[in-house]
Amino acid sequence: MSLLSLSDVHVRFNTAAGVVQAVNGVSLDLAVGETLGLVGESGCGKSTLGKAIMRLVPVATGAIVVDGTDIAPLQGEALTAMRRKVQMIFQDPYGSLNPRSTVGRSVAQPMVIAGWAARETAERVDTLLSWVGLPADAKQRYPHEFSGGQRQRIGIARALALSPKLIICDEPVSALDVSVRAQVINLLEDLKSRFGVSYLFISHDLSVVEHIADRVAVMYLGTLVEVGGRDQIWRNPQHPYTKALLAAAPIANPKAARARQRTVLQGELPSPIDPPPGCPFHSRCPIAQERCKADRPVLRPVGSGAVAACHFV
Amino acid sequence: MQETDPLAGPRAARPAQADDAGGSRFTATLEARGPARLPLEVENLTTTLFTRRGAMKAVDGLSLKVGAGETVALVGESGCGKSLSALSIMRLLPDPPARVVGGAVKLNGRDIVPVSEETMLDIRGREIGMIFQDPMSSLNPVATVEKQIAEVLTTHTDLGRGQARARAHELLELVGMPDAGRRLDAYPHQLSGGMCQRVVIAMAIACSPSVLIADEPTTALDVTVQAQVLALLKRLQADGGMAMLFITHDLGVVAETADRVVVMYAGRKVEEASVDALFETPLHPYTVGLIGATPVPGAERAERLADIPGMVPPLNTLPHGCAFAPRCKRAMPRCLSEKPELTEPAPGRLVACFATGRY
Repeated sequence: MSLLSLSDVHVRFNTAAGVVQAVNGVSLDLAVGETLGLVGESGCGKSTLGKAIMRLVPVATGAIVVDGTDIAPLQGEALTAMRRKVQMIFQDPYGSLNPRSTVGRSVAQPMVIAGWAARETAERVDTLLSWVGLPADAKQRYPHEFSGGQRQRIGIARALALSPKLIICDEPVSALDVSVRAQVINLLEDLKSRFGVSYLFISHDLSVVEHIADRVAVMYLGTLVEVGGRDQIWRNPQHPYTKALLAAAPIANPKAARARQRTVLQGELPSPIDPPPGCPFHSRCPIAQERCKADRPVLRPVGSGAVAACHFV
Repeated sequence: MQETDPLAGPRAARPAQADDAGGSRFTATLEARGPARLPLEVENLTTTLFTRRGAMKAVDGLSLKVGAGETVALVGESGCGKSLSALSIMRLLPDPPARVVGGAVKLNGRDIVPVSEETMLDIRGREIGMIFQDPMSSLNPVATVEKQIAEVLTTHTDLGRGQARARAHELLELVGMPDAGRRLDAYPHQLSGGMCQRVVIAMAIACSPSVLIADEPTTALDVTVQAQVLALLKRLQADGGMAMLFITHDLGVVAETADRVVVMYAGRKVEEASVDALFETPLHPYTVGLIGATPVPGAERAERLADIPGMVPPLNTLPHGCAFAPRCKRAMPRCLSEKPELTEPAPGRLVACFATGRY
């Protein structure tokens, strides 16, 4: 059964320059205990989609079903209750912690809002800090006393506070150094095997997603262009954009890097204010035909359980 | 000869590239100048930060050489001193608090550490170019693209206003700017990050410098744009035979671009090797850790990444012995009391470690 089910989700922003179609009809399922990687370049709408699932940005149309309930129309009390099931960790752990609040208070906030008793809250904070590998005295200290990796651990502790079923990880390791990044990725994997939490893992870093995800969704200009199993996406990508993205990702192995054939994708992401008609990728696509300029392709099966949105696969 | 010369090794390993016209022409010039006049030779460079909490060595006795047409990657995590090394070489350190207190930076044989700021103004942009991480903040927001490129040209050459505009147009085409003619009159905010970085690159190579220093030039860019910029830098380097010092924390980018790699930790060089040797048999435990912590796409899925416990120590609390010892799995009692010096366990390889120095 799916824990999260999106159908035809649209998010639009009104700006001075026009309406930005940040998320343009995304349908996606995430199973219980699964890690789904969401990849794409900046401006493709992946973070906006993550925020839409948290209801941090208004959803224009579409259904977001979490654990059997459509959360798109929820308000007030019902929305607060839903947010206990879905939590989020952010790229910049410093920006997401109150600098004037001790770590203990920040981590206790979810329990306070949920109306826990003071003693239970204090015990829970101790447990959470030990789970994420922070010393017990951390709760009396302030965010600025911690390094980036430790701050990300604080953010993870707070996200785990009310035992959520799904954690949306928005570029959680992009701001961290290589060695610390590996520590945080390992921590996320440990927590998953311990508590069975699911992740929607949003990242532009393909090698990190390849390491952590079970399935991968590739996003371009507000729409999904390919969704498939991790191995299928890496070994046998179907959509020309997925192929281009993988070809562009640096490989930390000089011989493999030299041996591979790479076609460098030309041009840059078009503006989401006035997306091209037809296939959103046709302006940069190496195999685009006349048809792609008018007909928008839909996701359809391409074998091994994967789907891709391209007329020519 | 090639075996013992660390500069010849990586070139020789790639006959296809070394044999092209640009490469051989360049080798010829190099020989004519004699081996002593490498484009960039850094010797025992020491940069100290003078702060209220005392003096801290941010760069501690760094030596490196970059040959013509060669790319040397300077690798390490934040705080290891790689950017301060680049700023020291360019003489762009924020002073106070940072100052070069020892060593030499030889540009085509001339030591530029003691020269006056006036002379440096002439050297920067003409003999040595630099590309920074954030292209937006390296450009003047209220000047057009043409004006910024032309300024480099009119400062360092005899070109007139009209000639400079024509040359700026040529340079934009050379760096692959789409619709180059129209972009001449654009302001930086009208361009994307990738296009801004192309403008910065055009300015850096405008006077065909012999040395190019690139400090995380693609870190702020998307992967597809990163691939475009890396391909561009490789092409410009092959055409002009520039020596390139490439500073990055990303081992994937290192594997794609470098001929030789210098790994830094807490201000010191801990390992140096050709790119193939470094990835095949890393010697220093820190290098081993960095490579283990980087996932490689397509590799068999490892259950866990090999992380390095702890983090880079702040400069004011550096341990007495080897700076990496507190995080090192192979640390011995000696590592805590004594700093390991660089040793040469194999030709062209350097490592500063008591545990791996003895091969």
